[in-house]
Amino acid sequence: MRAETRSKRRWHIAIFLAPAVLVYTALMILPLFGTLKLSLYQQVDQQQVFVGLDNFRTLFGDPNWSESFWRALKNNTWFFIIHMLVQNPIGIAIAAMLSVPALRFKGFYRTAIFIPTILSFVIVGFAWKLILSPLWGIAPDLLKMVGLKHLFHPWLGKEEYALTTIALISVWQFVGIPMMLIYAALLSIPDEILEAGEMDGITGMKAFWKIKLPLILPSIGIISILTFVGNFNAFDLVYTMEGAMAAPNYSTEVMGTFLFRTFFGHQTQPGDPNMGATIAMMMFFIILTGVVIYLFLIQTRMRRYQF
Amino acid sequence: MKPRNIVGIMLAATVLGGAAAAQETTLTIESWRNDDLSIWQDKIIPAFEAKHPDIHVVFAPTAPAQYNSALNAKLEAGTAGDLITCRPFDGSLALFKAGHLADLTDMPELANFGPVAKSGWSTDDGAHTYCMPMASVIHGFIYNADAFKELGLEEPKTTDEFYALLDRIKEDGTYIPMAMGTADEWEAATMGYANIGTKYWKGEEGRKALIAGKAKLTDPEWVDPYRELAKWGPYLGDGFEAQSYPDSQNLFTLGRAAIYPAGSWEISGFNAQADFKMGAFPPPVLPGGDCYISDHVDIAMGMNPASPNAEAAKTFLAWVGSPEFATLYSNALPGFFSLSNADVKLEDPLAQEMVDWRKTCKSSIRPFSQILSRGTPNLNTEYWVTSANVIRGTMTPEEAGQHMQDALDSWYKPPAQ
Repeated sequence: MRAETRSKRRWHIAIFLAPAVLVYTALMILPLFGTLKLSLYQQVDQQQVFVGLDNFRTLFGDPNWSESFWRALKNNTWFFIIHMLVQNPIGIAIAAMLSVPALRFKGFYRTAIFIPTILSFVIVGFAWKLILSPLWGIAPDLLKMVGLKHLFHPWLGKEEYALTTIALISVWQFVGIPMMLIYAALLSIPDEILEAGEMDGITGMKAFWKIKLPLILPSIGIISILTFVGNFNAFDLVYTMEGAMAAPNYSTEVMGTFLFRTFFGHQTQPGDPNMGATIAMMMFFIILTGVVIYLFLIQTRMRRYQF
Repeated sequence: MKPRNIVGIMLAATVLGGAAAAQETTLTIESWRNDDLSIWQDKIIPAFEAKHPDIHVVFAPTAPAQYNSALNAKLEAGTAGDLITCRPFDGSLALFKAGHLADLTDMPELANFGPVAKSGWSTDDGAHTYCMPMASVIHGFIYNADAFKELGLEEPKTTDEFYALLDRIKEDGTYIPMAMGTADEWEAATMGYANIGTKYWKGEEGRKALIAGKAKLTDPEWVDPYRELAKWGPYLGDGFEAQSYPDSQNLFTLGRAAIYPAGSWEISGFNAQADFKMGAFPPPVLPGGDCYISDHVDIAMGMNPASPNAEAAKTFLAWVGSPEFATLYSNALPGFFSLSNADVKLEDPLAQEMVDWRKTCKSSIRPFSQILSRGTPNLNTEYWVTSANVIRGTMTPEEAGQHMQDALDSWYKPPAQ
């Protein structure tokens, strides 16, 4: 290590880094390479045999596998699009409203909107399943009260609605995250800039579009990448609401449920750790690609807005 | 208490325990039925020990989800119990092939069981049987007898009567005709397809023809059950697409639905929950056809060949194969029916009604459990999804049959004739 050779005084850097590096290596880097190794092997007669990229060839070449994989990827993308179109704009809008100095009960709104974020997926999934239940839910009754019963559908049981419904529930749960991040970013904008704008006649909505929004763009970038990583790793909510089979008819299948069923097996279907690891590696590569694109193409260009 | 004292007590306990063991043989049972712990300890084991005072039996269950992996690990390490509760089909077959289950083919008690009962724990060719069958679950329809009386309805015998009956309940409007949802998908397959379909493919005959490659899943006997299921949608409650399995159970026990497509394991739960009289009828027959029921093998017991107490274990297995055990077990767990041919009297009237169907109907196991669920895609999960799709109306019966056959063709080669 360079620190050691230069001078003995800098030993502390290695020592202080060691716990984090060791824990991260043991819990993240080793398993990652373990998964990579698993994805290059196959079980033949109770023995793990090296097969190169055969598992990836199966995943993309065999219609049984590739169909499931592309369906999961497509659903994941739709899940991400909903979050980008609904969660983040709403989060930004709420944050902008919260940052208006004249608003009262700010703390209450902030807490109320943030609370679902700290709830467990199981609670959120179960509560919404009950709310939307055609048998005992309050959703059909509420719609009936305002005379809109015909708008009610068993959303979670219809192929065309199920995934969007779950995505919107996830939006409801996590809208607090972009709100908090953007709220913090808005508060950090120096008053001088806004006052200077006011001198030039830029106030109200105009101030938001012309001054605040450009200044919080880096935060929006960070939120987008967090949303991207979170959505492509999604599993819990689908699993609690629709089961490992991603009912109805695999229409809520995301890569997480596909990986889960493949790796651990399901009912009489035995698990296949090698193909499971292959899917896990593909998820890793997809997310890695997304993050790299963000880091090298978008974030570098956004630096100029920073102050 | 000082640590030294504890050690002393533990040593004493070991010595005493060892002394006790010298007088009698202790058998340990591996099982996933931790729900049944008290039934084994209070009813089943005392009955055995009363007859065989020299054998002491310990029931040592593991949590169901961990059972297979825990058992495998114990068997590999040589620490598994003497008796092993067997899951049906491939799980136990793999254990037998790996030499972890003793061959029981020569035990005379196996003669108490029919071929369907033994199929879950026999090699593919049926030559070797390695577990003593214990119980199965039967499918049929449980109905709200009070509601039937109120509407002046009678148990349907044929499919025509069945759908006429459903129409009448729907017209009347007081009750939802049938309580079933497609949210969890598996009910559509086991309580739907396997339940009403067995009569179309004529039970074991059709199932064996499929395994032999003499029939295809696109043949009428395999597509007709889908055609019947396609009619079900309108008779299920509003929003059945999002109705889960517990929802359906509650809907029925709350008295809001008239008929429940059931598995016999529901009996004890329904007895506790429902405050109305219940009855049951087997899947209605085709006009002029015979009665067939899905009587699915579920649980059996085998022997660990590495057990030092092989003689005692064999004695216990022989008792498991006896009519006495059949009566004891079926009564302790209503809805889990002994597979024995012995005439078992059940105290629960609903359970007795269902098990009596065996006298007039031919039994068959679920169609894809044996051999056909070995590959990927797994037919057992495929028929969940296709059955649910057909009920939801998002797939035609013909498409469902084609999908199933394609899935099977992609990995299964029937044995050469």
